[in-house]
Amino acid sequence: MQGGLERATGERMVLSFGPQHPATHGTLRIVLELDGESVLKATPHAGYLHTGFEKLGEHLDYNQYIVVTDRMNYLSPLSNNFGYVLAVEQLLDIEVPKRCQYIRILMAELSRVADHLLWLGTAALDLGAFSVFLYSFREREKLYSIFEKTTGARLTTSYTRIGGVFRDLYAGCEEDVRQFVSNFQKALKETHTLLTRNRIWMDRTKGVGAISGEDAISYGLTGPCLRATGVAHDIRKAEPYSSYDEVTFDVPVGTNGDAYDRYLVRMEEMIQSCGIITQVLDNMPDGPVNLEDNKITMPNKSDAYGHIEGLIHHFKVVMDGHGVETPTGEHYCATESPNGELGFYIVSDGSGTAYRIRIRPPSFFHFQALPHMLEGGMVSDTVAVLGSLNVIAGELDR
Amino acid sequence: MNEEKEVEEQSKPLVLEKLEEHHADSLLAQDEARGTVVVVVHKEQVYAVLEYLKTDPELAYAFLVDITAVDNSQMESELMQFDYARFMIVYQLYSFQDQCRVRVRVPVHENDLSVPSVTALWKGANWLERETYDMFGINFEGHPDLHRILMPDDFEGHPLRKDYPLRGRGERERFNFDKQNV
Repeated sequence: MQGGLERATGERMVLSFGPQHPATHGTLRIVLELDGESVLKATPHAGYLHTGFEKLGEHLDYNQYIVVTDRMNYLSPLSNNFGYVLAVEQLLDIEVPKRCQYIRILMAELSRVADHLLWLGTAALDLGAFSVFLYSFREREKLYSIFEKTTGARLTTSYTRIGGVFRDLYAGCEEDVRQFVSNFQKALKETHTLLTRNRIWMDRTKGVGAISGEDAISYGLTGPCLRATGVAHDIRKAEPYSSYDEVTFDVPVGTNGDAYDRYLVRMEEMIQSCGIITQVLDNMPDGPVNLEDNKITMPNKSDAYGHIEGLIHHFKVVMDGHGVETPTGEHYCATESPNGELGFYIVSDGSGTAYRIRIRPPSFFHFQALPHMLEGGMVSDTVAVLGSLNVIAGELDR
Repeated sequence: MNEEKEVEEQSKPLVLEKLEEHHADSLLAQDEARGTVVVVVHKEQVYAVLEYLKTDPELAYAFLVDITAVDNSQMESELMQFDYARFMIVYQLYSFQDQCRVRVRVPVHENDLSVPSVTALWKGANWLERETYDMFGINFEGHPDLHRILMPDDFEGHPLRKDYPLRGRGERERFNFDKQNV
C-alpha cells in the first residue's frame, strides 16, 4: 500500500535487492533506501546480463542473427523472431505469402499467451499464491509442446527466416491449438476465481505501483503497462503489420495504472489472443509458406540436398559474403511483443550483414520507471510492482 | 506513372511542412523512407526541434520511442554526406494522434562529442542517453546522472564504436570485482 512514509522513523537503511534474488526473475538489482519499511529511494541497476547483442548484429548475417533474437525476451522468443525478420523484410521491401503471415500471427499470439502465463504464474507466486503458479505452468507446458512440435525447440525456437518460416505447421497442429484454446479458456476462469476477487491479491496489488498515463508516456512505457493506465495504444491496431488488419480484437485498457490493472489487462489480452488464434485458424489460407525468391529465401532441405540448383541457392544464401543483401538505408520497425513495443532499427550499408542493429526493448523502459512506482511505498510492494512489470533481463540488458 | 509521382509530391507530410516553416535553419536534410519522415538536424537546435515536435498541437510527437547512435566511421557514403561527422545520433518519435513516426538524426563530430540532453522533455530519455554514452561515448549536456549503465563503471572504451573489437580487449581477464564501487 502507498503511504508508507507516514510511518517514517528517521533511521535509514540501504538494502540491496538482487542481482540474485528469487523475486527478480533474472539478474537485475535495485538498491533500496529504507526508513523502517518505507522506501525513500530506489535505484535500479541494469547490465548484469549484458551480452552485446547489438554488437553481434554487426558481425552476423541477417539469417544468422535470428538465433540471437531468441535470447532477448526468452519467454516469447517467437515474437522476437517475428519482429526481427519483419524489420529486415521491410528493409528489403518484400512481403511474404499470406499463409506465412497467418502462421506468424498464430505463433506470435500463442507466444503472447505463453509469456503472459509465465508472468501470471511468477507474479502470483511472488505474492504467495502458489496454486496459480501450478495452473498457469500446466497450461504453458501445453503451449511449449506445440512450439516444440512446430519449431523443433521449446525455447530457442528460431522459427522465422528472412522471407518465410523454417517449415510449415505440422499435421495436426490445428487440432492441437484448437484443443488448447478451448481448455485454456476454462483454465483462465479458474485463475480468475483464484485471484480476481481474492482479498489478499487485491490488497497486495490495488493502488500499488500506480503510474498515470502522462507519466507512462513520458517514461516510454508500452504494452500492457501503458494500457493499464488507460492509454489504448496497441501497435497491432495503430500500425497493422503482417495481416493484423484482417483479424478483429479488442484492446483492453485499465484505469489506475496499478499492479492490479496490469494484471487485469494481461488476463484480458490472453482472451483476445485466443480470439485472434481462432480467427487465424478459421481463415488460414493455403499456398506456399515461403517467398519464392531464391536470392532471399532458404531452399527447403530436400532441394538443398537433392538438386544442384537447390544446393547452389542454399550456398548463395548461407555463405559469408553472399547472403541476403539489403539495399543501403535504414529502417525502424516496431511490433507489439507481449511486453510492449519491440523495435528493430537496422542500418544497412548494402552488404549481407547489418551495419548497425539497434533493439528497442520494452523492459528497458519499464525498469527505468520503477523508482517512480516504488518511492513512497512499502518495501514489500517492491516485489509486487517488479512482478507486475515483467522485466526480462535478457532484453533489458541485451 | 507520372501522375502517381505528382500526387506523391503534393501530399508532403505535415511534419515536414511545419518544420520547414518554423525550423528551416536547423534542417540539414530531409527524406521520407518507408512511411517514416527522416530529418537531419543541426545539433545546436536539436532540443528546440524535438521540443517543437513534441508540443505542437497539430504534430504531437509526444512519445519518445528511442535514442541511439550510429558510428559511421566505416560507411563512407554517410560520412561524406555530413561533413565527415563520425557519429549520428538517432531519435525516434511517435505521435499517438496521427499514428505516425518521425526520425530525427543529428550528426556529431568526433572532436566535439556533446549533444544537448532531452531529459527535460521526456523522463525516459535518461537511460537512453546513458546507454548511448556508455556504448558510443557521446556526452549529453545537461543530463542529471550521466554514467555507464550496461558496462561496469570502471570499463574503458565504448563497445559499439566500430574501432572496438568484437571480442573485446581482454577485459574479461582483468575484471576485478573487489574494486567496483556500488
